[in-house]
Amino acid sequence: MAGYALRRVATTIPVLFAILTLVFLMRPLVPGDPVAIMFFGRSSSPEVVANMRHQLGLDDPLPIQYVRYLGDVLRGDLGTSITTRQPVVQEIAERFPATLQLALGSLAVSCLVGLVAGILAAVYKDTAIDTAAMVFAMAGLSMPGFWFGLVMIYFFSVRLGWFSVIPDGSLKSLVLPALTLGLIASSVVARLVRSAMLEVLGQDFIRTARAKGLRERRVLLRHALGNAMIPVVTIIGLQFGGLLSGAFIIEAVFAWHGIGELAVDALGKRDFPLIQGIVLVIATSYVLVNLLVDLLYAVLDPRITYS
Amino acid sequence: MSAALTAPALLPARAKTRTGFRPFLAALFSRRQAQLGGAVVLVLVLAAIFAPLISPYDPFELRVGPLKEPPTRAHPFGTDDLGRDLFSRIVYGSRITLQIGTISVAVAVGLGVLVGIVAGFYGGWVDALLMRFTDVMLAFPGFLLALAIVAILGPGLNNVMIAVGLGSFPGFARVVRGSVLTVREMEYVTAGRVLGATPPHIMRRAILPNVLAPIIVLASLEFPAAVLTAAALSFIGLGAQPPSPEWGALLVDARTYIRTAPHLINVPGAAIFVVVLAFNLLGNTLRDVLDPRLRHR
Repeated sequence: MAGYALRRVATTIPVLFAILTLVFLMRPLVPGDPVAIMFFGRSSSPEVVANMRHQLGLDDPLPIQYVRYLGDVLRGDLGTSITTRQPVVQEIAERFPATLQLALGSLAVSCLVGLVAGILAAVYKDTAIDTAAMVFAMAGLSMPGFWFGLVMIYFFSVRLGWFSVIPDGSLKSLVLPALTLGLIASSVVARLVRSAMLEVLGQDFIRTARAKGLRERRVLLRHALGNAMIPVVTIIGLQFGGLLSGAFIIEAVFAWHGIGELAVDALGKRDFPLIQGIVLVIATSYVLVNLLVDLLYAVLDPRITYS
Repeated sequence: MSAALTAPALLPARAKTRTGFRPFLAALFSRRQAQLGGAVVLVLVLAAIFAPLISPYDPFELRVGPLKEPPTRAHPFGTDDLGRDLFSRIVYGSRITLQIGTISVAVAVGLGVLVGIVAGFYGGWVDALLMRFTDVMLAFPGFLLALAIVAILGPGLNNVMIAVGLGSFPGFARVVRGSVLTVREMEYVTAGRVLGATPPHIMRRAILPNVLAPIIVLASLEFPAAVLTAAALSFIGLGAQPPSPEWGALLVDARTYIRTAPHLINVPGAAIFVVVLAFNLLGNTLRDVLDPRLRHR
């Protein structure tokens, strides 16, 4: 187990370096002069442009820029935002808690709704309940998050007046965005829980448990669900990445001041150090969450020996 | 697995033994999901082709009716904040929707198939190199990858289509490579080699036709996903720009009028939802008929 964990961590390091490299390459890959693009083609005095190029280190050869970039990032320096003049790390740190809050809230919603719908669908397979749950899952898969969010605002804020349209950062204002993102994400969880449950329910130990005379509730919750959770944990980990990026859209809908909003702003202003920083941070957290999930997987599933 | 669960998995085997396009279509459209999805897709395609005939007004003409009017007989989907006919705009928008799905998927399939076949066929260091690269791309959440590529290329509908395609090619590369690994061991591939066929010839004539099923299935499921991603990118201002009648872009200005004219949000939103749902239903059935191995993807 310890050996597996160590190897799994070891395989993550080259991936993180590759991500770092791709993020670094974003700027050289931009067609045209990056500094000119930052000025939106508006003419600036040549000194300003030259100064900017020098400041950003763009007048050095690419390999030197790369080594410098690696060194900076490893020391925790992601550069300076062009528009706000603030360190990128600080900009992201200010917004990250809001996005994390939204992602965790949605994760809670998606797990709760997805588990209940998936279990019900599996237990009542081929009944109206199963059909309803799968229609719900299909609808969730096809739902544009921004429209769903606007519908939620229209219904709960405009018509019913339960929530204010502008979030104030309170826990209450988290409800609508988390529901929007969580309900959409729950469709994937529901489908997966259903198929995992069906697979487990067909196995011998379930028949044994029933034959022993255990109550159905205990068979389902203790014997079946416990085993069905193993693949579900993986998907929930992958979901987290989806939630982080889904937050980009939902934040725009609900005026939620998180990383997503920061990213959309930065993209509009072509603030490259900030964009690169955000992509790096989100991709890295995604990889780390998946690493965590894989390690958890090994703990959860005693059948697999990772020798 | 219960017997009921394996039953649908047997169908494709039957569909495959009766080769030909007609039995395949029969198997596909004997299912209600596919009928429903197919009908909507047909309407969408017809709307896109005959847009000038169907739409009662020029989609860009201002003040063809009152401003922000809810649906009426003259304007079945109502009018927008500039008095344009929303029905005509939705009809013309269907062209963009089809274009987005087609081009994004074409980019993803083209690149994915190329990388997947080359990696699977040659194996060794070529395979290792290409697949490690693919893995790194997969390490990015899909939407973030598309966003990063738009950041590089710059905003706009064309770039969004390329970005969405590039963002989803790793999935294709993985699936194609997996299939190629089995196909390249087949005797007809060895036969091709013995007869002196060049590797590109073998890849094109012997391998590609035999890995088509998973590609088609994945492409049909990627299409609706691409439409959703592109609409979302337009919604945050990176894709189609106003006055384009792209459905995601229609929602941008509409947000301001959420209190006074909710139909401006609901009509394009519902259009995206229904079309994506239809493509998903169609893709799901296609997967069941063509390639049950992809069931759990």
